[in-house]
Amino acid sequence: MQAIARRLVIIIPFLWLMLFFLVPFFIVFKISLSAPATAMPPYVPTFDLSAGISGLFEKAKEFSFENYIWLTEDALYRNAYLSSVTIAAASTALALLIGFPMAYGMARAPENWRPILLMLVILPFWTSFLIRVYAWIGILKPEGLLNQFLLWIGVISEPLTILNTNTAVLIGIVYSYLPFMVLPLYSTLEKMDYTLIEAAEDLGCTATGAFWKITVPLAVPGILAGCMLVFIPAVGEFVIPDLLGGARTLMIGKTLANEFFNNRDWPVASAVATILLLILVVPIVFFQQMQARAQESGR
Amino acid sequence: MKKTTLLLSAVAALAMSEAALAQDRVVNVYNWSDYIDDTILADFTKETGIKIVYDVFDSNEILETKLLAGSTGYDIVVPTGTFLARQITAGVFQKIDKSKLPNIANMDPAIMERLQKYDPGNEHGVNYMWGTTGIGYNVDKVAERLGADYKVNTWDMLFKPEIAAKLADCGIYMLDTADEVVPAALNYLGLDPDSNSPDDLAKAEELLLSVRPSIRKFHSSEYINALANGDICVALGWSGDVLQARDRAAEANQGVKVEYAIPKEGALMWFDSFAIPADAKNVAEAHEFLNYMMRPDVIAKASNYVYYANGNSASKPQLNEDVIGDTAIYPDEETVNRLYTTSPKDQRTQRLLTRLWTKVVTGQ
Repeated sequence: MQAIARRLVIIIPFLWLMLFFLVPFFIVFKISLSAPATAMPPYVPTFDLSAGISGLFEKAKEFSFENYIWLTEDALYRNAYLSSVTIAAASTALALLIGFPMAYGMARAPENWRPILLMLVILPFWTSFLIRVYAWIGILKPEGLLNQFLLWIGVISEPLTILNTNTAVLIGIVYSYLPFMVLPLYSTLEKMDYTLIEAAEDLGCTATGAFWKITVPLAVPGILAGCMLVFIPAVGEFVIPDLLGGARTLMIGKTLANEFFNNRDWPVASAVATILLLILVVPIVFFQQMQARAQESGR
Repeated sequence: MKKTTLLLSAVAALAMSEAALAQDRVVNVYNWSDYIDDTILADFTKETGIKIVYDVFDSNEILETKLLAGSTGYDIVVPTGTFLARQITAGVFQKIDKSKLPNIANMDPAIMERLQKYDPGNEHGVNYMWGTTGIGYNVDKVAERLGADYKVNTWDMLFKPEIAAKLADCGIYMLDTADEVVPAALNYLGLDPDSNSPDDLAKAEELLLSVRPSIRKFHSSEYINALANGDICVALGWSGDVLQARDRAAEANQGVKVEYAIPKEGALMWFDSFAIPADAKNVAEAHEFLNYMMRPDVIAKASNYVYYANGNSASKPQLNEDVIGDTAIYPDEETVNRLYTTSPKDQRTQRLLTRLWTKVVTGQ
């Protein structure tokens, strides 16, 4: 009886993963092995179940890895992947720098304040993501709020060009994903036992020393979770670079959209997406194993 | 007694639901943004009782992606010629039933003839508007930089590096589509604007890269406001959009004067057509809508509002003087002879074009 229950517990998330991750992934992967065509849908081969199993096999022979070879031949794709990973890594680091003090402050705030502070972090989600990114256009443009303010206090004499640069993309990503950094950090820091710090200080450790030796190591699961939650969507981000970035902002999300919309080449677009997924999955698996090992040794 | 009441109420309910059904006739239209006078839609519903669900897009690519994926739910869409042609090949559209379109007699045979290039036999589409891709410019700022006697009737302003450089600081915008800009570059070089040859495309790329440092932005709709506000000097853009900018500038009364020019070297002529997707649900309503849009007074009202020429010759007497009399909208015979059209590209050429464009825009 217990074995069945245990299996049920595993099978539900497994089915979930199957339905919403593996099945869509295999559809995309299948298209990435096809060739483009002027048809509906715009690729061949398409499968018709009425042809029977042998018919399916016959069609499957048309599959090829040509699109993947294509991706290696043009430096555009490699540069786009690299530039996306760089921008995502920089935004993750920035979000951590800003998010950690925020989460720490929230965790150490008086208990009756915490729900309000938590609410303030979640509040921006009540406005559409698109509108919040659009609002940044108004803030960052040459005659926008930020420049007007800086001119008024006399820090600059000429408006800064921020909009349509990589800096604007970075600001947009950090702003949009900051809550995803703060929330997991907060939940680990809140559960932390602060008597440990008192003990360290009693034993002669400085406040900074106690922070690095106790708070940070204990917050590692939160830091990892927060970094993943920011880094992974940031790599594939399309809306923010499209609205805030300039002509020279190269990100894989934009390159993928170009393949899909301008070249109407669904197979190459699917190949780009498959590789993007591999780039993201490898670090996730790596981190998970590292975490699992850390937990094992911690016991 | 009770039974009769029940029966009666059942009949009443049935009658009511039938009335509801009749009221629920709809047609789902997917058209370009800023491309119709809204009162036309309201009038159509008033006259026919057919409700219009109206959605807009701002690029042919978005429309095509939706159409190729299928089940869009739209009954009328408005692709441009080259896209229409490829979509017909892909089997996206159904043939229109001309017996339901008596107003098709109003259409201009010359425009129908030109459209045959994309839609042989005019079997799948009916022209809505047509226009050109040329130069929109700020009259005073250009005169200030290039001299008062500089005649703005050439692509030199955009494609000659030393002239473009003089205009760079006051701002040059270009449409963000290879399909429009590359033919203009080819034409300027004296090559076939519809060329598929990789050598020709390489020359166009070289030309575009040589003026790239002077271009502020590639965007397909922002130039309307940028021109109207006096933020930029020159835009490579669509005729009607530039004329809308001209009117907005005049309304704002800030001393900004915008004009549109079809360069002497020639310009792209394009056609936007109504077509009915093969999987459309409200085919009868779609035909009624098409027939309505071909009524001279209706389509004249549309042109008077959007400043684009239509393909309906019977509407000409009802066009405002500032539309029919403007050679930027209805070019004279001599100008029309200088206009060229392009045809849909095969997959290989399309890929070359997009790659070229990425290089021009991003420098990669």
